Order: sequence, then structure tokens, then C-alpha cells
Amino acid sequence: MASLFSTGTVTERQGAGETLFRFACAAAATLLMTALAGVVVSLAIGGWPAFRAFGPGFLFTATWNPVTEIYGAAGPIVGTIVTAGIALLFALPLALGVAIFLVEFCPATLAPPVAVAIELLAGIPSIVYGMWGLFVLAPWFAEHIQLPIALSTTPGSWADAFFSGTPNGANIFTASLVLAVMILPYMAAVFRELFLTVPAQVREAAYGLGCTPLEVVRSITIPSVKRSMIGVIMLGLGRALGETMAVTFIIGNAHAMPRSLFDGGSTIASTIANEFTEATGVLHEASLVALGLILFLMTFAVLALARFLLQGSER
Amino acid sequence: MQSRAAQRKLANGIFVGLCGLATAIALAFLVAILWTLISKGLSGIGATLFTIDQPAPGSKGGLRNAIVGSLIMCGMGMAAALVIGILAGTWLAEYAVGTKAGAIVRFLNDVLLSAPSILIGLFVYELLVAPFQGFSGYAGAVALAFVATPIVVRTTEDILLLQPAALREAGMALGAGRALVIRRIVWRAARTGLLTGGLLGFARISGETAPLLFTSLGNQFYNANPSQPMASLPTTIFQFALSAYDEWQNLAWAGALLIAVAVLVVNIIGRILARESHLS
Repeated sequence: MASLFSTGTVTERQGAGETLFRFACAAAATLLMTALAGVVVSLAIGGWPAFRAFGPGFLFTATWNPVTEIYGAAGPIVGTIVTAGIALLFALPLALGVAIFLVEFCPATLAPPVAVAIELLAGIPSIVYGMWGLFVLAPWFAEHIQLPIALSTTPGSWADAFFSGTPNGANIFTASLVLAVMILPYMAAVFRELFLTVPAQVREAAYGLGCTPLEVVRSITIPSVKRSMIGVIMLGLGRALGETMAVTFIIGNAHAMPRSLFDGGSTIASTIANEFTEATGVLHEASLVALGLILFLMTFAVLALARFLLQGSER
Repeated sequence: MQSRAAQRKLANGIFVGLCGLATAIALAFLVAILWTLISKGLSGIGATLFTIDQPAPGSKGGLRNAIVGSLIMCGMGMAAALVIGILAGTWLAEYAVGTKAGAIVRFLNDVLLSAPSILIGLFVYELLVAPFQGFSGYAGAVALAFVATPIVVRTTEDILLLQPAALREAGMALGAGRALVIRRIVWRAARTGLLTGGLLGFARISGETAPLLFTSLGNQFYNANPSQPMASLPTTIFQFALSAYDEWQNLAWAGALLIAVAVLVVNIIGRILARESHLS
């Protein structure tokens, strides 16, 4: 077949194939970049009507009312940042502990299976975490934590301001907990890989000087990968900011500015997931897309920083 | 001096204890989730899950339409992701080493790798659904392809860079051009690793819900035609889990168990293959 279409010498034919293949590879890479640019452009265009209608106030208003067609992003933005922040607060120390335990202290026969288990669990779909949050964590939390606290605090006190809310377990705090459980295995796995890149000789030298394991971790392992560790934290944060399904199940989906930790709320991703297919008008849909653009800019900044910090630590 | 040593020993003991405790807590959470999944999902696994379509509220049924839809969309998405991802990864590993363009593409690919998948869904909605006035299986497959491609790119680049330079030089010495060497020698030597990338991508997209919500939408009937709205396991689970009907909730748990097991199995196979090809 080939000889039917090809003319010229073998080298010339091979040269044409060379160029074509190289072009195909470059085209694929370009397509990938176009996709990323396409996300930004399509979100900007789709969200434009909302930005035009509400101006910068879109970012700072907490009204979200499809009836009067007034939309403000402050509620979901605050919800996104607060849930991701609390999730990180819980997940970070645990993930660090797990990673250090696996690298430094765990018996050699036990470490690989535990590490593999944790990595595999990082791959479980987020919808599973969401269902666990809704059917197991939320009822337990409502009964054993939220209700006792609600009954023991006096209205108007500082504790009431922090912990008031409908005691059904679907609130900002439980959503953050589910997020924490979700990013925990992921962060632990990446931390572990990072700690394993610290050369064994350096650590052994410190042990040779009489350091205890705590001192080795504190003065050798952590300082030598500090920069990349911040990168890993940013990766976890990026994941928590953009996570959709695990949060949508359990956050309660209220658009107003959350009044307390145990109040229902929403994140950008959960708002889009809940309302997009049922958007009531052009402005409603545009506002949701505009929320998407805000989320994109937030995660892009965090993830770009993460990758920048992690450069050189891999491979 | 004695007391200082004792102090250091104590501090170390506490630290080791805390790290062990963190591991125990993490594993306890994960065991709790798996236990919930198995105890609530196992009773729903059976032949009817695969042979009967989703039921009306309040009656019994299976998830055949959702499983078929998921397989079709993941298959199409994965095929596209493999072609684009392997070519782009090859470009990064073979043609763009050390170049600025390569560094930028690699950086943006890494960002895309962890970008929120719901935004991919919005993008594909604006790109394919809104202009053509219709949710479709094709739109869902395109969204899944965008999610899987960065994973394939990353694995492809890693595995190609692991192939020894002597392999390429030997091919060149026989008079083969660069493209021929890549296709006939490097790809062939790296095929297990390339397959790993595909498997990891597949594992990732088979549980993705967010990008499908407003691209394939979902469909309560059996449909194998991708130009129509199509059901998928994750979106059906989402809908059923939030419903008020016991039968639907049970099906949601059975479906969740099905997906989790599938993802775990594919990930384990990918891992074994990765070890064979020395990919970390």
C-alpha cells in the first residue's frame, strides 16, 4: 500500500514520516494547552453577563436569590475557603504523622502494605466519601456532638455564635471533616514519597551522631524538603478547594453567608453541581459560570504555586 | 546529663507515639468507610444489578443502563485520552527535553492534572452542550477525556524518560529516523508503562461524577446511543443516594461498592504493571 502513494527515495519518504510524526506529537501537546486556555475563555465568556450585571459587588454580596435575580458570590466563596482551611487543619498533622511513621518508625514488613493501602484509598471516588459523610458521619455528629453542645450553650454566648445551627449534621464543619478524611490519604502518600527522597546516608549520619529519631526528623528530614512540603500542602489545599461531590452531599446547601461553624453553607463547587442543570434564567446560569471562573482562578493560583515549589523534588 | 538524655528519650517516645496514633486514626477512618461501603452495598450486588435497568421510585431494579453508559463514555473518553496523551507525552519526553516550551507544557499539564473536574464539566458544557442544544454521551466522553489526558501525559513522559538512551542510539545506528525509533523501539519497550498510564486514567475517570452532571446529564432509560443523554454510574448513584426511597438508596450503595471495587482492581493491576516496568 505504502508504495502506491509514496514517491521519492526511502530517505525522503522517511523524512516526511518524521515531520508528520513530530507534528502530530506537538499538535497533541498544543491541544492540551488549548484545553486549559479554553476552560478560562469559556468560563469568562459564560460568566460575563453576571460580572456585567453585578460588577465587583458580585464578589462581596451574599445574596443568592433566583426569584429577584440578584446573585452574589460571597457565601460560596467564604464556604469554599473555610471548608478547605478546616480540612487542611485536620488533615495536615495526621498526614505528616502517617508519612513520618511509615518512613521512620514502621517495622519494615508492615510499611509497604500500609503505604499501598493508603495510596489505594486515595484513589477511591469522592462520591463514596460523600455518601459516608451523609449517611454515617452526619447522623453520628448530630447526635453525639452537635445536640449536646446546642443544649449546653446559652443563647447569645460566644459558644452559641460558633456552634449554633440546625442539629442535622449537614453543615460546614462536617463537610470539612469529610474533606479532611478525603485529602488525608492523598497528602500522606505524597509526603511519604517526598520523605523517601531524602538520602539515607544523611539520615544515617545523624543517627550515627547519636540523634534520636525525633531529632533526625526535625533537623534533617523536614528542613531538607521544606520547600516541597509547602508544595504538597498547596496540592492538598487545591484538592480541597475544588472537591465537589464529597462536599455537595453534606454541606447543607444554604447560600447565605454561614453564621457559625455548625450552620449549613455551600462551596463554589457544590453550588454549581446542585443548581447548574436547574438554572432558572440566563443570569442564574451566568452567575454559576462566573463562580466557576472564580474557583478556577483560586485553584490555578494555589496549584501553580504548588507545582512551582515542587519543581526539582520529583524525578 | 542523665536527665537530658532521659528528656530526649521521652520527647522521642511521645513523638513516635503521636505518629503511630496518626496512622491508627487515618487507618480507622478508612476502615470505617470501607466497612460502611461493604455492609450497605454487598446485599445489593447480584445478577439483577447488571441485567435490569434502573427502577421507578419505590420498586426494585438494577443499574444496567448506568453501567452500560459508564462503560461507553469511559471507553470513548479513554481512547481519546490515550491517543492525545501518549502523543503529547512523547513530545515532552523526546522532542521537547530541555526546551522552554516543554517546561511550560509540563507545568500546565501538572496544573490540569489536579484542576477541579467540575470546571472541566462547565467547559465542555459551554463548548459542546450549549451550542448544540443538547446533553449527550459524546459530551460526557469529551469531559472524561480531558480529565484522563493529563494523567496519561504524565505517565507516558515518565516511562519514556526511563528508557535507556542506548536503545535509541542502536535504532539510529541502523539508519532509522527519530520517529521510527520512537514508534518501533521506544514505544514497544515501554508498552507496559504506557498501559499503566491508561489504567490509572481509567481508574480516575470511572468514578468521576462532577464532569458528567451537565454534559451527559443522565438518563433513566437504557440508551447505547452517545448522541443522546446518557446515564452513568456516578451520576445515578448521586441522584439515588439523595432520594427519599429505600430501594434507590440501596441501589446507590451497591453501585458505590461496584465502582470502588472496580477502581481498586484497576489501580492494583496498574500498580503491578508499573512495578514490572520500573515506574515508581
